[in-house]
Amino acid sequence: MTHETASSLQPPKVIFSPIGWMREHLFSSVWNSILTLITLYILWLLVPPVIEWAFLKASWVGTSRDDCTPGGACWVFIAQRWSQFMYGFYPEALRWRVDLAGILAVLWGGPLLFQRFPWKKLFGFSFLIGYPLIAWWLLYGGDLFGMTTVPTDQWGGLMLTLVIAAVGIAGAMPLGILFALGRRSELPVIKAVSIAFIEFWRGVPLISVLFMSSVMLPLFLPEGMNFDKLVRALIAVVLFQAAYIAEVVRGGLQAIPKGQYEAAQALGLNYWQMMGLIILPQALKLVIPGIVNTFIALFKDTSLVIIIGLSDFFMIIHRATVDPAWLGFATEGYVFAAAVYWIFCFGMSRYSIALEKRLNTDHRR
Amino acid sequence: MKPSRSAFLSWIYDPKIRGIIAQVVTLVVLGLLVGWLAHNAVTNLAARGIASGFDFLNDPAGFGILQTLIPYTESDTYARVFVIGLLNTLLVSALGIVAATILGFIMGVARLSKNALVSALATVYIETFRNIPPLLQIFFWYFAVLQAMPSPRQSLGWFDAVFLNIRGLYLPRPIPTEAVTAFVVAVVLAFALWWVIARWAKRRQDETGQPFPVFWTGLGLVVLLPYLASLVFGSPFTWELPQLRGFNFVGGWVMIPELVALWVALSIYTSAFIAEIVRAGILAVPHGQTEAAMALGLTPQQRLRLVILPQAMRVIIPPLTSQYLNLTKNSSLAAAIGYPDLVGLFAGTVLNQTGQAIETIAMAMAVYLTISIMISLFMNWYNKRMALVER
Repeated sequence: MTHETASSLQPPKVIFSPIGWMREHLFSSVWNSILTLITLYILWLLVPPVIEWAFLKASWVGTSRDDCTPGGACWVFIAQRWSQFMYGFYPEALRWRVDLAGILAVLWGGPLLFQRFPWKKLFGFSFLIGYPLIAWWLLYGGDLFGMTTVPTDQWGGLMLTLVIAAVGIAGAMPLGILFALGRRSELPVIKAVSIAFIEFWRGVPLISVLFMSSVMLPLFLPEGMNFDKLVRALIAVVLFQAAYIAEVVRGGLQAIPKGQYEAAQALGLNYWQMMGLIILPQALKLVIPGIVNTFIALFKDTSLVIIIGLSDFFMIIHRATVDPAWLGFATEGYVFAAAVYWIFCFGMSRYSIALEKRLNTDHRR
Repeated sequence: MKPSRSAFLSWIYDPKIRGIIAQVVTLVVLGLLVGWLAHNAVTNLAARGIASGFDFLNDPAGFGILQTLIPYTESDTYARVFVIGLLNTLLVSALGIVAATILGFIMGVARLSKNALVSALATVYIETFRNIPPLLQIFFWYFAVLQAMPSPRQSLGWFDAVFLNIRGLYLPRPIPTEAVTAFVVAVVLAFALWWVIARWAKRRQDETGQPFPVFWTGLGLVVLLPYLASLVFGSPFTWELPQLRGFNFVGGWVMIPELVALWVALSIYTSAFIAEIVRAGILAVPHGQTEAAMALGLTPQQRLRLVILPQAMRVIIPPLTSQYLNLTKNSSLAAAIGYPDLVGLFAGTVLNQTGQAIETIAMAMAVYLTISIMISLFMNWYNKRMALVER
């Protein structure tokens, strides 16, 4: 402990020049200067070789591995396999259906992400109800209205990853909200069932759930009734994510002051009116960051479906890296896959931060 | 409306009765569902001729395992395979938790550094690694890095003691000598003395206000006593170095590439999350606390140790334990690269051999559920202990 009176501090120097900035942020003390120099050394070790490999010495155009210069990245590999990475083994003549489903999603659902979009209600409701049906019709076909069926074992690539993520999100959200309400319920049976459901799924790894859906589910269904492999994976993903969503939503429900519940009851609203009109809109707004984080986790977890033999985006790339024609380009493949996953996850997290700021309507300073 | 009629129907609107009806309906539906599933399972198992029950655990496994922490031969039982899988899972989880904690704390503090370059580098690290699926990171380390390592004859070596090649990471192995007992006693004694000194110093400080440098004394004891012991009784360990014999290394400790890949990937992935938790924990301590500590005349180290850290840890520890749990659950990704963990070994190989899907998966899940329940019990205990005592 010090016992001397501290000396008065000099008034802060306000310097806006680059040198002033560097003096304050990089070389403010001896220790700081050493740290800066070490960091610069690490950067010098890492950055130039990576840039040289990924850009300067990289090969961009060509048709086979012979077009690649050694010592640089061979992006020819990615370019040649691009359509397989995107669509998997979806029949080439029918790939326009996947494109159309994607374009529809962007044009129909995309505007909902913007605050000032005027027809939000119209677009939102029609999108939630209509889009899944149309997307199913476009992607699967089912021989309805002249669309030939494309069996799900031909689906693959980024398209399959996005389908799993989208269905997982759309299915887990309502189920998760229901279980969150169940866990907060005053009815002991419903509360116990919800707690058991949530804690079970949160306690086991997704891989074991996928194993379960692929080997145990057929045992529990009557003879002759069998789901498609993709549907089984989707069921597993939805149940698993619903438990996580439920815990996030429960956090929001707990944060709503009791006065809100009492006010809703005083107005004569019944349970579902109270939850739907008063409590949930506030609670969900509070937990948007948590929900988006769960979705990011879900998006990353979609890569686990390779365990049960689905060819998602990552699996297609991994298979391509062990193809004899392109052996030795595993790093390029993984870097590309990482970049794509990164863009999606990082984009979602930035969007959630922006949304959180926008929705922050309370009067906290 | 006639009053008699409304009285007759009014029970429908009674929340209590409605609640009871809802619960009864839930129970009945749930019971029917479980019964239906069980009935299907029994018929299916009978139709396929699959045995049920846990008798298979006593059967010989008959397959080799890449890494076993306890002695194992192919004639050992499935029960032993279960234990081996469990130990392998615990091994990679423990290694990962230690490395992820160290890396995470470094990166979390670095992100808060006043040095713009350091904090920028930490930000890039965190944002990169937490947004890439862990499975992809494991595959990258396993297939792109470790499988591209040279053969044992051209292995990368450091100080003739550590070698890295396509067969794995070779480390020197300590072999205890006769002096090891004295060494262990010295270590235990040093820690015991540290504890005694800490108690004495606390009492003295409470009574007289005189502080005592407990940490440095303790550290000195822990270093000095074992050192003296090894001077007097001789070195407690001899180091067995891995040596190249023919086409492979013999001796030393071998970490198989599957373990190295899993360990590195899980540590880096989880450390990015831990870094964010640490940052949030430190930021959660209001600046007024620092100012108050300064006003009391505490030195910067005391400020950190006595005021900031205890309050930050209160915020950090709950999410930190859930990250540990996540790491343990993510270690089941081992199945994808063939590391013999619980899921890959038991819910994979054993399931394929015996066909007893329900039993094997239930056992694997039970382990994870037990771990997660234990961790949440710890959390409840910790939260109760750490809860702010308010007037």
